[in-house]
Amino acid sequence: MHMKKLTTLACAAAIASLSGVANAQISDGMVKIGVLTDLSGTYSDLAGSGAVLATQMAIDDFIAEAKPNFKIEMVSADHQNKADIASTKAREWFEREGVDTATELVTTSVALAVMKVAKEKNRIALMSGPASTPITNEQCNDVSVHYTYDTYSLANGTAKAVTKQGGKTWFFLTADYAFGQALEKDSSAVVVANGGKVLGSVRHPFPASDFSSFLLQAQASGAQIIGLANAGADTTNAIKQAAEFGITPKQSLAGLLMFITDVHSLGLKSTQTMYLTTGFYWDLNDATRAWSKRYFDKQKRMPSMVQAGQYSSVLHYLRAVKAAGTDEAGKVMAQMKKTPINDFFAKNGQIREDGRMIHDMYLVQVKKPEESKYPWDYYHVRQTIPAAEAFQPLSESRCSLVKK
Amino acid sequence: MEIFGVPSALLGSQLLVGLINGSFYAILSLGLAIIFGLLNIINFAHGAQYMMGAFVAWIALTKFGINYWVALLVAPIVVGALGVLLERTMLRKLYKLDHLYGLLLTFGLALIFEGVFRDQYGISGQSYPVPELLEGGVNLGFMYLPIYRGWIVIAALAVCFGTWFMIEKTKLGAYLRAGTENPQMVQALGINVPLLITFTYGYGVALAAFAGVLAAPVYQVNPLMGSNLIIVVFAVVVIGGMGSIMGAILTGLGLGLIEGLTRVFYPEGSAVVVFIIMVIVLLVRPAGLFGKA
Repeated sequence: MHMKKLTTLACAAAIASLSGVANAQISDGMVKIGVLTDLSGTYSDLAGSGAVLATQMAIDDFIAEAKPNFKIEMVSADHQNKADIASTKAREWFEREGVDTATELVTTSVALAVMKVAKEKNRIALMSGPASTPITNEQCNDVSVHYTYDTYSLANGTAKAVTKQGGKTWFFLTADYAFGQALEKDSSAVVVANGGKVLGSVRHPFPASDFSSFLLQAQASGAQIIGLANAGADTTNAIKQAAEFGITPKQSLAGLLMFITDVHSLGLKSTQTMYLTTGFYWDLNDATRAWSKRYFDKQKRMPSMVQAGQYSSVLHYLRAVKAAGTDEAGKVMAQMKKTPINDFFAKNGQIREDGRMIHDMYLVQVKKPEESKYPWDYYHVRQTIPAAEAFQPLSESRCSLVKK
Repeated sequence: MEIFGVPSALLGSQLLVGLINGSFYAILSLGLAIIFGLLNIINFAHGAQYMMGAFVAWIALTKFGINYWVALLVAPIVVGALGVLLERTMLRKLYKLDHLYGLLLTFGLALIFEGVFRDQYGISGQSYPVPELLEGGVNLGFMYLPIYRGWIVIAALAVCFGTWFMIEKTKLGAYLRAGTENPQMVQALGINVPLLITFTYGYGVALAAFAGVLAAPVYQVNPLMGSNLIIVVFAVVVIGGMGSIMGAILTGLGLGLIEGLTRVFYPEGSAVVVFIIMVIVLLVRPAGLFGKA
């Protein structure tokens, strides 16, 4: 028995040493990318199958550009926004299927769980969808990249702009879980720092469909601005019902996390003149339009910032693997951090030691229906927030990897 | 004036909003109660059928230009007809088996329906405009009441009490109730009980679809809109007493009010208050508030 096993092992070693000549350090001669996302729930429009498509586009583009001497494969799975399902799947991928990086990971709880598994197995977690700042603070590690946006940059964009334009009194409608609370906390700080005042907040259960009670409380507060510290269907339902109860336009709404998919679903009539902060807009320049058109031809929708960020992060990862000549997590991470990111998504983007990818963010205002000239023509870009100002400065970091 | 530190105007408006939500609970739990009463099936597809009602209305409007008022009639008929088909081809085979089989079948169907709509229309939801006749609102002094919300309460109460009247006071209702008590005897008297059962399921499903059309202009029409609601509605039915018609209506309205109050005094608890009441009721009156022990 023992003899047989040893022989098998020896054979395996011999074969490995022979076939390994070409790609000395790519494990099994293949780079395997796992897309772990919400394929069926609340976030499946803003991430979901669009993120899978974006990943495939990144792989195809990389193969065409770099002609790598290793194979690239993609697998995808639905984590159903549940941390336990996500970490089980990630473990299975890393242990048994040779997956080198788990990507996308929308929903904070999912992201935090998979980051831990990635650290334990020495693989990389590339996060485009999740929003909360603990990912690059208390819970940070050296195999994770938080790519597209976070609650700090959203608050810093939207809350700051609205307060500066005279929206001095705020009332928050907050989804009662980690993400909503983080967003409310970050936004309140920005409001106060810019001379505004927070009159109160109400925490609603997640998910909720009827917001009339909460909106009436916000109305009774008399605040000029009602800050929506929630996402997805919660945000769209709250906006729709605010108009119904005559709250807007007397009081204004500030959507602290809104995606283009939300604006598309609600229509411009209900969302016009709202401010929001985004990491990407398809109609920014020729490069974003060209890529988005390719995406649109396949998906029949314009990409959200999460989907565009997903493409950019996967492409950056693959380029780093080629440059480092290995898929070992530590070496690839070093290569990724050392190389600036330049593509249609980011100009001189940079991954910091806390895992935060910093790039320009955009403060946009939703167009009025009569200003929209063609399908998906939704935003006026009001301000480009430079990378250095958009994200939490390292001096405020609570990540143990940051040396101060 | 303030009551427990809450201005009475705010309290009044919250009660009214609670009543509006209670109207949805009432229609939905009524449908469930009727189906359970006669078929002994726990219809887990009820939420999906509510969602389909809203989607049929939305598709009718955007693809065929059929307006809200027609949709209010057409969508329940379309979805109800689908219900009849399900009853004839699948549910029928399960009546003699344990409740669990019916529950599993309808749960599976609900997942399939939701999956199909999600695949087709995505998850972000579609906007359905408020019908022109009901646009705007009235200032009640203590709150601004959108006219459409007022209409929801009126329409829901009319349908609920109409149903109650049909079941409790008409000959058809008498057959239904008799069929629930003793199907063999009713069959022996020459009444087509299987047909009666098919009709009942179709009607229960149509009620869900009706609620869906009512909800379409208020909420985003989204494939998961029913699954968020259905669990609460089940709790309402349990509290009211399985199979009790009036129990379902009154409990639906009452719990809407209680939920509305919770949203003022302790908003974080508003998602669980119904279940806390359910636990208490089950401990004190296991058959439900209006159920027969």
